[in-house]
Amino acid sequence: MGLFSKIKEGLKKTKEALAYKLNKVFTGGVLNDDFYDELEYALITSDMGAQAADELMESLRAVIDEKHIRDTESVKTELKRLMTEMLEAFEKPEYEYPLIITVTGVNGVGKTTAIGKLAKKFRSEGKDVLIAAADTFRAAAADQLTVWAERAGVRIVKHAEGADPGAVVYDAIMSFKARGNDVLLIDTAGRLHNKKNLMDELGKISRIVEREAPDAMKLNYIVLDATTGQNAVSQVEVFDEAIDIDGIILTKLDGTAKGGVVLAIASELQVPVVYVGVGEGIDDLEDFSAEDFVEGIVG
Amino acid sequence: MGLFGGLSEKLNHVFSKITSRGKLTDLEIRQAMREIRVALLEADVSFPVVKDFIARVSEEASGEKILNSLTPGQQVVKIVNDELVRLMGGTAAKLEVSPKPPTVIMMCGLQGAGKTTMCGKLAYLLKKQGKKPLLAACDVYRPAAINQLKVVGKNVNTEVYERGTQNPVKTAVEAVAEAKSKGYDTVIIDTAGRLHINDELMTELQNIKKELSPSEILLTVDSMTGQDAVTVATAFNERLDITGVILTKLDGDTRGGAALSIRAVTGKPIKFCGVGEKPTDIEPFYPDRMASRILGMGDVLTLIEKAESAVSEQEMKALEKKMRENSFTLDDFLTQFENLGKMGNIADLLAMVPGASKLKISADDIDEKRISRFKAIIKSMTMQERERPEIIKSSRRKRIAAGSGTTIQDVNQLLKQFEQTKDMMKAMNGKGRKAGMFGRFR
Repeated sequence: MGLFSKIKEGLKKTKEALAYKLNKVFTGGVLNDDFYDELEYALITSDMGAQAADELMESLRAVIDEKHIRDTESVKTELKRLMTEMLEAFEKPEYEYPLIITVTGVNGVGKTTAIGKLAKKFRSEGKDVLIAAADTFRAAAADQLTVWAERAGVRIVKHAEGADPGAVVYDAIMSFKARGNDVLLIDTAGRLHNKKNLMDELGKISRIVEREAPDAMKLNYIVLDATTGQNAVSQVEVFDEAIDIDGIILTKLDGTAKGGVVLAIASELQVPVVYVGVGEGIDDLEDFSAEDFVEGIVG
Repeated sequence: MGLFGGLSEKLNHVFSKITSRGKLTDLEIRQAMREIRVALLEADVSFPVVKDFIARVSEEASGEKILNSLTPGQQVVKIVNDELVRLMGGTAAKLEVSPKPPTVIMMCGLQGAGKTTMCGKLAYLLKKQGKKPLLAACDVYRPAAINQLKVVGKNVNTEVYERGTQNPVKTAVEAVAEAKSKGYDTVIIDTAGRLHINDELMTELQNIKKELSPSEILLTVDSMTGQDAVTVATAFNERLDITGVILTKLDGDTRGGAALSIRAVTGKPIKFCGVGEKPTDIEPFYPDRMASRILGMGDVLTLIEKAESAVSEQEMKALEKKMRENSFTLDDFLTQFENLGKMGNIADLLAMVPGASKLKISADDIDEKRISRFKAIIKSMTMQERERPEIIKSSRRKRIAAGSGTTIQDVNQLLKQFEQTKDMMKAMNGKGRKAGMFGRFR
């Protein structure tokens, strides 16, 4: 695998689509209105959002003026630099063990799959991993997670469907502590973020974790579907209010969706992207690299 | 009315000077179109679709109707709204029935769009119409997908046909044979979520189609989908010639511009919407509601109508004056509660307020019982107390609580809320009227 490995592969389609547009833009040579229009088009169709794209364009124009840039190729470089800076403006969490990661997100973004992949990832780094199946709401969610746990070769704590997720988390932490495991991954029910009760439940899980494992490092990740548009901003916003969100796992980047909304999220909410999902295999989870991501989009 | 914010407010601002000059300039039209463009893009309507749309609307907006209107901003919103409704087509919440049973309904879509959940909802809907549906589990890839469908089936008392992870085309064919022999009149086929660029899996769907000639091929789309919705819908439509679209997860706060994009590029009707997690949470698609939603206006028109019928203009003006002069009393507070009551159920009203979910107010926060308790408390006060709440000391509080059948804590809470409301009004006088009238019930 080359330098950009899977993320690049996953973004290939994205890249083809967008790079085509951008190349049309960048090889034109002249910096005129059409050029800027096309550039904006490219940004917006990546789901960056009209406002965030406008802001980025403004910064880009300022840089172009300041540096007296005349050719489109240099503009491209500057654009990539600006986008990378946006994504790298804040630190990703440094892991310490024991580590407890609670994985949240709205329905259907790929939380369970992401947990399976995360488990495998930690496992192959030699960590002892335990999974807590605290999505007791969706039909057969625990079954699905059990299959992933088997694939990753890790233990799982689960209760019956409809059980109290808090109880699952409590049991899992007890087992986690008793066995002296390194990583606990907590799967939660997908919830639309405007459902107050479900959000309260998330707060409860977080309190249990805090109370029962005060010394462990605790992180909350939100899983975002790269196909999602501007609503992803409000998803992060609302989940962040219920439990502080430390990072984003961006899934389904292997389709044609660009996931550009994380740029909007970066500029508005300062939440870093930590991982990207680039396929359905258990190894298809990559550390996020802003450079690769931007490279994959802009080309 | 500042309450509604969003596009309407921005357009009114653009057109604010128009009435004095009585003529629309090109600049104003352009500015207006720009606002509409941003609103649509922020709602995730696909960029090319937005472009076409703006071209069409700007032509109409330069016409005479706008010139002669006293409220050009609203007029433009109306044009935009009407055009959106028109583009999204009529209500088409009907499923084709095959003349030769069983009728086959095939679901398809990306991973996580909500196909399996929607299968259950369709089964529920069909059963309610007196049909006898059978669910076929053809998602053999996602772990436990079959189990999920079984649970869903059980919840709606519908049989599920499954043959484990055998070839899904074979399972689908067998399910239809099973339906024929056992007298099921409809077969709903749950297929695996797949990427539109996965050739192998798309071919699998084509094979199911070829074998079964379904009456309905329904593309299930997450309403939160962004710009990619067009690519996805086009790909599925080209491969399968879908018969319609189902929009899921509309119970979130997404503006759902994907609906417009998909309709525009495929020309296929949007048949149903998923609006929750229960089997009963399925609704017909209403283009007018969707239009307001995309424009970020909630169901504003209905809300305005309700507000207008509940509060006369005079009352409104009197209230505004009081707010300005900070002479708002508990008696006015009572009037407000009563007006709210006249407008209907608060949870329903809230659903119509654009951005209510953004404000993080949910119906759970607004307790109608609490409001009626508040009304009772104020009614147990003397006129003097209502005018000058500062005189309500502990013995008065006791009397008021007893008189209204509440507790002293309730009385305290009301007085506190009243003070907060007054503070808020003071703050609003400084900054213009930004906060909504719902703010104070949180």
